[in-house]
Amino acid sequence: MSTPFVALAAAILRGFLRDKASLFFAVVFPLMFLVLFGAVFDDTTADKIELIEVGEVSLLDDLPDEAQAGFVDAFEVAKGDDLGAAIGEVRAGDADVAIEQQDQSVIAHYTETDQVAAAQTLGTLNAFVDGANVAASGQPPRFQLSVEPVEDESLANIDFVTPGLLGWAVAMSAAFGAAATLQGWRQTKLLRRLQLAPVRTRTIVGARVVTTLLVAFGQTAIFLGLGSAAFGLNLSGSWPMAIPLVAAGALCFMALGLLAGAVTKTTEGAVNMANFLVLPMAFLSGSFFPLEGAPDWLQVISKALPLRHMNDAMLDVMVRGQGPSAAFPTLGLLLAFAVVMTLVAARLFRWETT
Amino acid sequence: MGAIEVTNLRLAYGELQAVDGVSFEVAEGEFFGILGPNGAGKTTTLEMIEGLRQPDSGDVRLLGQPPWPRKDKLLARIGVQLQASSFFERLTAREQIHTFAALYGVGRGPADDWLERVGLAGKADTRTEDLSGGQTQRLSIACALIHDPEVVFLDEPTAGLDPQARRNLWDLLSQLNESGRTVVLTTHYMDEADTLADRVAIMDRGKILKLDTPAALVRGLAAPVHISLGPGQLSREDASTIRGVDEATEEGGDLVLSTRTPADVLTQLASTDRLDGLQVKAATLEDVFLDATGREYRA
Repeated sequence: MSTPFVALAAAILRGFLRDKASLFFAVVFPLMFLVLFGAVFDDTTADKIELIEVGEVSLLDDLPDEAQAGFVDAFEVAKGDDLGAAIGEVRAGDADVAIEQQDQSVIAHYTETDQVAAAQTLGTLNAFVDGANVAASGQPPRFQLSVEPVEDESLANIDFVTPGLLGWAVAMSAAFGAAATLQGWRQTKLLRRLQLAPVRTRTIVGARVVTTLLVAFGQTAIFLGLGSAAFGLNLSGSWPMAIPLVAAGALCFMALGLLAGAVTKTTEGAVNMANFLVLPMAFLSGSFFPLEGAPDWLQVISKALPLRHMNDAMLDVMVRGQGPSAAFPTLGLLLAFAVVMTLVAARLFRWETT
Repeated sequence: MGAIEVTNLRLAYGELQAVDGVSFEVAEGEFFGILGPNGAGKTTTLEMIEGLRQPDSGDVRLLGQPPWPRKDKLLARIGVQLQASSFFERLTAREQIHTFAALYGVGRGPADDWLERVGLAGKADTRTEDLSGGQTQRLSIACALIHDPEVVFLDEPTAGLDPQARRNLWDLLSQLNESGRTVVLTTHYMDEADTLADRVAIMDRGKILKLDTPAALVRGLAAPVHISLGPGQLSREDASTIRGVDEATEEGGDLVLSTRTPADVLTQLASTDRLDGLQVKAATLEDVFLDATGREYRA
């Protein structure tokens, strides 16, 4: 025999896990964005240039070992004998450049359909020819260029998009869950039925809160786990602070969902209202793209939204390597927001829809 | 002391006086029916007795105590079935009743027994969304009785069911007060109140019009019995010569005799062998409603 609290929490959690639409929007849908932003847009290293070597090109074959390694990095080389066929492939877009060597002259047949790619191809080839010329002179080169990116090399795009997307996912499922439960239970009179059982209101509310937190922690585990395993997500020192942040955020957006559930009359209405509140908030809070370039007035609106603060704090502790204390003000803010929203929702709450 | 004592109960929703001075008493172990059309105020009356709503005025005693505001100790002694099928989403029948069992501090054993008793053991692993209307009501009743309450409230348990499912449910309902349990049932079916209830309160527009046993209510009407005969059995002229016939009318080929001495009339008909297609219709609660309101009964 389980306690009323455990039985209620288990019933709610089961109902959630069996609802394919809710699961999709809580987990799969945000993960699709994670894949999109994290993996696809992260492909900043350019594709290799596809090069067809027609006949013997001694310049390439005789490159010194060091240059040879660089060449392999930049080019994907295919061998061919027929110049006409090779040029045909370039024209068709199947290769970027076909080269042949006649005595001391290397001839590159390229396409100008993509001018950026053409410039890149020719520039890279030129560099190798120049390098070969310098090597042939037997003199050490006089000037050297070395390059260094200003970003920490270890930080990838995935590290920046994960906190915001996780924030959005938590906000969405906490708000939808609370809105749909409140409305659904009111529609079926389950709220009334529970009111007539010898169970305290705080037991019912507590069971719903615990379920929301469990779902939020589940989302966090999946996001961080999959991010690390599949997309090379790096977490900085105080990332465990993301857990209380997620908890406070979930409470905050659950309160928002309760508000949506309290002011609407149908389940569809409640879910639409939650959507109407959460989606624009996610955009304005930098869940999908950074807001650094946004105009000042937008920044002001953004700073009034709880999700913005949650996202910033998550970024601070998960990515920017800030200490645990960086999350404290936001934790307080989110909880305060949750309390205010819950009080408003309680004021507007009606037991029945009529 | 009665299980329920209601005195001069009133509640208005804005302009609408939903319950308008209702008083009655339900004895312990009694099966009490509240009968009336939709919007008569049955559910609102029930909700005030259960402690879901506070009356504008009047007094309720449920098991000797005021039900408002809600008290866990009193709630543990009553069972309720609401009009809607109030279940958790996407749980199976077994999981629903186990959850309700936990809410009432009852073990899983009694919960499974109840599932068996209402004939749902074979549907234990079916989600409540996939149960038929009758099965849903059975589960709902099982959830209301799981903690063996002293008083159980059933709000229109057979509404929306087909006639077969209704009659099946009557078998279950008629057993509910066997062990001395008090049952309060609302319905808008005359035959249901007639069959199940020890006493019936007929309610309309927020007021109780009549309250008695079904038999006494019908008897109180002193309404004539209608005997109808198949075509060709008897002419209207001959009918008026039969002793005890007050009135003879033709209805769709049948001849309908109206009488207050049905035994005598039937004997005379039998002696002249005119019983083909015979039907005898006594007054029903419907006639009681018609008599009390001047309106035909429409559920």
